[in-house]
Amino acid sequence: MDTHEHTTFMKKVIKKHPLAIRWFHWVNFPVLTVMIWSGLLIYWANDVYRLGWGDTTILKFFPKSFYEALHVPFKLAQGMAFHYLFMWLFFINGFLYVGYTIWSGEWRLLLPNRHSFKEAWLVVLHDLHIRKGLPPQEKYNAAQRIAYSAIIVMGLGSIITGLAIYKPTQFGWLCALCGGYHFARILHFALTIGYVLFFLVHIIQVIMAGWNNFQAMVTGVELIKEKPITIVPVSTGDVMALGQNIEDELHVEESMEAAIMHPEKNIVEELPREDLINPETNETNEEASV
Amino acid sequence: MKKQAFSSREQQIEPQAFRRKSIIAFSVLVIMLAIGATAFYFLFNEPKGTDSVQPTLRSVMVANESLFTRIFSVNRQVKLYKKADADEKVRVNGDVGMGDDFNPATWKLKVARKPGDTLVLTIDDIRALPKREIIFDFKCVEGWDQITHWGGVRVGDFLMKYNLTAQTAMKYMGMVTPDGTYYVGIDMPSMLQPQTILCYEMNGRPLPKIQGAPLRLIIPVKYGIKHLKRIGTIFFSNTKPRDYWAEQGYDYYAGL
Repeated sequence: MDTHEHTTFMKKVIKKHPLAIRWFHWVNFPVLTVMIWSGLLIYWANDVYRLGWGDTTILKFFPKSFYEALHVPFKLAQGMAFHYLFMWLFFINGFLYVGYTIWSGEWRLLLPNRHSFKEAWLVVLHDLHIRKGLPPQEKYNAAQRIAYSAIIVMGLGSIITGLAIYKPTQFGWLCALCGGYHFARILHFALTIGYVLFFLVHIIQVIMAGWNNFQAMVTGVELIKEKPITIVPVSTGDVMALGQNIEDELHVEESMEAAIMHPEKNIVEELPREDLINPETNETNEEASV
Repeated sequence: MKKQAFSSREQQIEPQAFRRKSIIAFSVLVIMLAIGATAFYFLFNEPKGTDSVQPTLRSVMVANESLFTRIFSVNRQVKLYKKADADEKVRVNGDVGMGDDFNPATWKLKVARKPGDTLVLTIDDIRALPKREIIFDFKCVEGWDQITHWGGVRVGDFLMKYNLTAQTAMKYMGMVTPDGTYYVGIDMPSMLQPQTILCYEMNGRPLPKIQGAPLRLIIPVKYGIKHLKRIGTIFFSNTKPRDYWAEQGYDYYAGL
């Protein structure tokens, strides 16, 4: 079998992220970074928040060394100047994203549905390597639907609490809605911590999901891997065993992997993966895409 | 839009086309991020003006002010609180313009009606005017706030009483401490907002020296940086009077 021939085959891809969404994503990244940085310069001037109770402090926001490492001290005016410029970019970009998501119908692939909250738990177990296999998904798995919808709600929360502390007289009603000026500031701060935590998990997940998933956020298309499953001739008994496990494709994969030999040595036989899985259930969601 | 299955977005693509698409997409991303980083670099490193801030950022502050003053009502009032809510220990956050060589007994308020025409008043002249009390959430630009209780005369009443209504047609009012080291400029509409007072009492007692005795400004629609303590001179102007904290890079308007 000439494997070179196969490289000229068409690749199967799926248009995952529309151009507009990729733009909003990559614009938001640096803009939110500037918002968090300038917000930190502002927060420093009255850095009263901590995690703890009574006299016990688990975590002070933030330790002196943290401020000094990031050159934060005595830059309140600078922080405000940048914050009140980039707030517009943050708002406009977020507004366009939400508008586009509604208009294009992408919200159907994004918003959690009635299965999401149950399934998200399975995704978490899968990602922690406790459970194998994922429930079938479309563009996003259940955990992603929840996370990526929650981050939009958080963005809205930042705008609302931000307006409440930016113009507490003019937006007196918003300020009251947020539990007062004081509490609005706490919420605004907590949301920012939320972004940072989201970012950390997001980065880990992107790394775990791999290149194909990442490049889709740039190119828009994700390759649908039709991994040539290469098996050595096996005994009938083994094939039967495989057949019984066919519904759990991960088990199939594992059994296959055990049988994989070096494909370049032509001692193997290629089988398209579809042949091995049940077309009814079509369970091909092996990887978590982020 | 019509619902379409996600799987309908599958398509076949030639490997070369896919590679080309990838190269273009990544190049565009890198170029756009580079442009963004360069723009930020120039914004950040733009030489600062005498007002301690990059001219571009200052113009954004001015644009924000102009937008917000257009869509907001400057006469909107701040939320009021009960006496019991007010803090007895009122935070002191600055001492610019509060030098020791100052005698409250000989203090007089100077009101520059026009160049060369100055009205001089004593604290008793001001106390003779109708007293207003306000208990509100004082907000510092640093981020803290405190419910405090103040008493004094409305700026609007004061201007009316001393026939300074013609001056209210001017765009700004300026205030300076007796030693000239702390000064603010405030737009006239905010000065005329009915909760703005020339203040001589705190918590129902005469204003402490450290809080700006004998007379200070309380302007609840602005951050604390505008609440000038120990007023020496008041004047009127169509151009922006000098402002101490604006010169340190803060927003001139500083409205809430």
